[in-house]
Amino acid sequence: MPEHAPAVHLRDEYETTGLGDADTGDVARRLSPWERFSNLNSVRKLTILVSLVVVWELYTRFGGISEYLLPTFSDTGAALFTALWGEHLLYMIWNSVKILLAGYVIGIGIATVLTTLAVATRFGSDLLSTLTAMLNPLPAIALLPMAMLWFGLGADAIVFTLLHSVVWPVALNMHTGFMGVSETQRMVGRNYGLRGIRYVVKLLIPAAFPSILTGMKIGWAYAWRTLIAAELVFGGAVVDTEGTGEGGLGWFIFANQMDLQIPFVFAGLFTVILVGITVENVVFRNLELRTVGRWGMQTI
Amino acid sequence: MAEATRAAAGPAPAAAPTPILDVDGVTLQYKTKEHLITATYRVGFQVYPSDRFVLLGPSGCGKSTLLKGVAGYMKPVEGEMRLKGRGISEPGPDRVMVFQEFDQLLPWKTVRQNITFALINGGRCATGAEADDIARQYIRKVKLDRFEDTYPHMLSGGMKQRVAIARGMAMEPDVLLMDEPFAALDALTRRQMQEELLQLWEDTHFTVLFVTHSIEEACIVGSRILVLSPHPGQVKAELNAHHLGHEDVGGEPFSALQKRIHDMLFADRILEEEAAPHA
Amino acid sequence: MSGAAASGGKGPDVYVRPEFVVETLGEAEIGDVERKLSGLERAWNVNGVRKATILIGLVVAWQVYTVALDVEPLMFPRFSTSAEALWLSLIDSDLLRKIWFSVSTLLIGYTTGLALSAALVLWASAQRIGADFLSTCTAMFNPLPAIALLPLAMLWFGLGTASIVFVTIHSVLWAVALSTHTGFQSVSETLRMIGQNYGLRNIRYVMKILIPAALPSILSGMKIGWAFSWRTLIGAELVFGASSGSGGLGWFIYENSQNLETAHVFAGLFTVILIGITVENVIFRNVELRTVYRWGMQR
Repeated sequence: MPEHAPAVHLRDEYETTGLGDADTGDVARRLSPWERFSNLNSVRKLTILVSLVVVWELYTRFGGISEYLLPTFSDTGAALFTALWGEHLLYMIWNSVKILLAGYVIGIGIATVLTTLAVATRFGSDLLSTLTAMLNPLPAIALLPMAMLWFGLGADAIVFTLLHSVVWPVALNMHTGFMGVSETQRMVGRNYGLRGIRYVVKLLIPAAFPSILTGMKIGWAYAWRTLIAAELVFGGAVVDTEGTGEGGLGWFIFANQMDLQIPFVFAGLFTVILVGITVENVVFRNLELRTVGRWGMQTI
Repeated sequence: MAEATRAAAGPAPAAAPTPILDVDGVTLQYKTKEHLITATYRVGFQVYPSDRFVLLGPSGCGKSTLLKGVAGYMKPVEGEMRLKGRGISEPGPDRVMVFQEFDQLLPWKTVRQNITFALINGGRCATGAEADDIARQYIRKVKLDRFEDTYPHMLSGGMKQRVAIARGMAMEPDVLLMDEPFAALDALTRRQMQEELLQLWEDTHFTVLFVTHSIEEACIVGSRILVLSPHPGQVKAELNAHHLGHEDVGGEPFSALQKRIHDMLFADRILEEEAAPHA
Repeated sequence: MSGAAASGGKGPDVYVRPEFVVETLGEAEIGDVERKLSGLERAWNVNGVRKATILIGLVVAWQVYTVALDVEPLMFPRFSTSAEALWLSLIDSDLLRKIWFSVSTLLIGYTTGLALSAALVLWASAQRIGADFLSTCTAMFNPLPAIALLPLAMLWFGLGTASIVFVTIHSVLWAVALSTHTGFQSVSETLRMIGQNYGLRNIRYVMKILIPAALPSILSGMKIGWAFSWRTLIGAELVFGASSGSGGLGWFIYENSQNLETAHVFAGLFTVILIGITVENVIFRNVELRTVYRWGMQR
């Protein structure tokens, strides 16, 4: 290296002129129809669903499976159809949903009142968190025997159990949500002169909505599970006291299993899944999209 | 420059008007889980109509606490605060606060709804239509017409602060309280927002009580600066800065004032360091 | 806006008044600048103290209510009677055996469920078809209460622990797989690139980047899975005890309620609550404190 040379390797400067369109081929190419088609989520999921059904049908038809263990898909479909139109499955669905709605709505009401009282004072707040910490881990279904003792055999006992399954998770999440509302937003609300119930309704509830929604979803999941379990366990005893076939979905499954009508058991399970999917992916999903998703409080 | 000399030479132009906000010997304390902390000790000052009154001091001098006291979020343990002669006891829409945090906008309301919500619930407008009109007018003032129906999470930090300022001004409070409103912005946006604030002030001469820890910002934004000592906050001085604005930055009077304040606060730090081993 | 400018015309628009500088007081003259709160104030600030007080208050209210109004013990026993029943069934080890029966069934179901969901999620993060399969299955099976499968399970696996384990697995699998998968998907692109930058691939990439980064979701999935499986187990034992005769806690509650041993029913409920609290507030809480809270990923 010669003396006084700079420490770097000096090169000539250059500048490219006249850059045209690249002739290297595709600068941006539209994907082929097949590639685009298989990029659609729904298409791929539908394919999976259809192939699961096909595997099931083939396996049960040619695998020598006893129809009492696993009926064919076509039998199950036929049973679902018969049950929906021939028998009173629709009526039983309504029976279940009716009780569920009663328990769920009252439960959310109670949870809201409890939480509103709780945020007013530190004592209320402590009381609520002690109660939820104790009662939230208690499966509602375990209370059913006591509920039957207290309220007799009937819808009341189930509604009571449902209440228990809804109130605590909703109250817990609502309370956490209220506590987590940022100090700035609280001060903004009080700055406008919001007090008491208006402060809760116009500020705390919307600000804590992501948590409240989580609580409502958990509450729904618990309530749905509790209801099916209650109907399954005590369906005969609790609802069908006069033998009028007035049970709910759980009872439908249980009764058909007792009669070894396995395709109808599967039809009942399908119905349970359909109701569940409707509530979670239609009702809650839309609620989320319209509120917390739109407000940017939660990425969906 | 000419303005500066005139202001420095001239005495008060008219007979003293009545102060709009009178803070008199106020001591504020708050509790943490373990401690009781005195934030300010016997602080007193008067804010007159159309003042751009700045509370300036290092962190921990209780200036934000003082602002929260004026807003009515805290009660003084000693002394009194009066707004237009009435004692301050709780928060209210006659003192609207602009916070430093971006989450002060309610995320479930659009830009316009954020303002109308304040107007209706603060009792300034009876009807939604009236509130809508006022909201639009102030949104135009802060140049956010295009974002009227946007939810806050789509806005940049500077835009959010502009909405908060528009909301504060739309309420037409007796005094607008600003708690380090530009502290979380980048340097360029901060400077732009200071200019915009001054322009808005030129329009309507609203009264503003402004908290900052930046000496430069105090000199630019303020017409009168209250310098507070740290921990607990006590009044150190009240200085004039009405003759200084953005165009004066770097100029002789501006630097002189900056240095004067700097020395005041710095002297404190020396004292503190001397006191530290003994404390 | 309130207040006009103090001067008209060309003067400054504000009321200009003389400046002043004052000497600030030293700490000694002010008094309390920062004072430690008194012992009582601090004790009352401790959550545990306040909550324990409330708990004791509730127990006292229960006891006073049942004694003063002479409530029918078959409907609502006294606290003292229930506590005594709990103590008695604990020492004659009948309850202990039932607790162990429930807990061991739960543990088998829970860990198997976790393992299965881990396998599913691994497949899902490796291949698109795996991801599609997982999301189709979770969308279908997550809303299906596991207990509804019990009649089928009894048909397939007979009347025994196998059926209960089967439904417990079902209750854990989908909840955990769903939230773990969501967690993996929402790991930030930056963290993924950093991991690849360090040369982490395949299983090491999953273990060292994806799992820690998605831990808040994974933990919440595990908590939901635990809650579902605990509920399913108790429910299944309530049904099942009737058929098999050797049940766990659920059966203990059912049997005693059939025999109108209400105090023992309450003792069973206490036990269920205690186990629930232990799992949620001791085990999960500690895991969270040591991980996601310490890392500041969750508050």
